[in-house]
Amino acid sequence: MKQHWYNYLWICSVLYFALGFFNILFAWLGLISFFLPLIFAIGKGSKGFCNRYCDRGQLLRMLGNQKGFSRKKDMPDWMKGKAFRYGFLLFFLTMFVSMLLRTWQVSTGAATLRETVTLFWTFQVPWHFASPAGATPWVAQFTFGLYSLMLTSAILGILTMLLYKPRSWCVYCPMGTMTQLICRAKAGDSDAEKKPMP
Amino acid sequence: MVIEKPKPRPPAKRRAVPDRDRCVACGACEAVCPRGAIKVWKGSYSVVDASRCVGCGLCARECPASVIAIEVIA
Repeated sequence: MKQHWYNYLWICSVLYFALGFFNILFAWLGLISFFLPLIFAIGKGSKGFCNRYCDRGQLLRMLGNQKGFSRKKDMPDWMKGKAFRYGFLLFFLTMFVSMLLRTWQVSTGAATLRETVTLFWTFQVPWHFASPAGATPWVAQFTFGLYSLMLTSAILGILTMLLYKPRSWCVYCPMGTMTQLICRAKAGDSDAEKKPMP
Repeated sequence: MVIEKPKPRPPAKRRAVPDRDRCVACGACEAVCPRGAIKVWKGSYSVVDASRCVGCGLCARECPASVIAIEVIA
C-alpha cells in the first residue's frame, strides 16, 4: 500500500505518551484529539479526522496491519452494537465531567492535587516523577486526568487491536461515535436505511 | 486436428456492500481500497462506487465493525 504522510501520524501518539512520562504538562496536547475531530465534524460535516489524521487510528493500523500484531478476528456482536457504542460514549463523557469537577475542586482548594494516573478509572498509578514543579495545582490536576483518560483508552484500543481487527477501537471510540452522530445530523440522515444512495 | 483451448470462465462479478446502518464511518475501508471505490459519505457511512469496485474484499476484511458484505452480482 502506498504510504502517505498521514500514515506516520502514529509517531504523535508515541511522542505524547513518552513526553507525559517526563512532564505531565505535555498531556494538555491531548486536547487536540478532542477538538480536531469536533472541528472537522461541526465545520465540515466530515469524519476526516478519523478517516485520515487520527494518530491513534494510524498507530493501531500500523501495529495491527503493518507489524501484524492483530488476530484480525471479528469483534463480538455486543461490542459493535449501538447500545455499547452509545453507552461507552455516555460513560466516557461522565468520566470527563467528573475529571473537570475534580479540577474545579482543586482550583477552589476543596481538594488537593493527586499526583497519580488513574488507569481504567480505578487503579491509581504513582506518577509524581512527572509532576511539574511550580505549576498551578488545577493545571496539573487536569493534565493528570487527561493523561489518565488517554492512556486508559490507548490500552483498551491496543487490547482490542490484538484480539480483534486492527482498528476495533474506532468502533467504540467515543469521539468517533460523537462525530458520526454530528455528521449524520448535519447530513439530515439519522435513519440511514431509508435514504437512497447519494 | 485442432485442439481448442477451453475458454476461460469469466470471473464472477462481485461487489462490496456496506451496511449503512451499522457502519461506524471510521474510513478503514477507504484507506485500503486499491481502486478508490469506497468512500465515507459526509462522515456518516461508507458508500461504494459500483463502477469502480471489483469486489476484491480487502475492505470487508479490514472493516473493524465487519459490516461490509461481498455480494455476487448476476
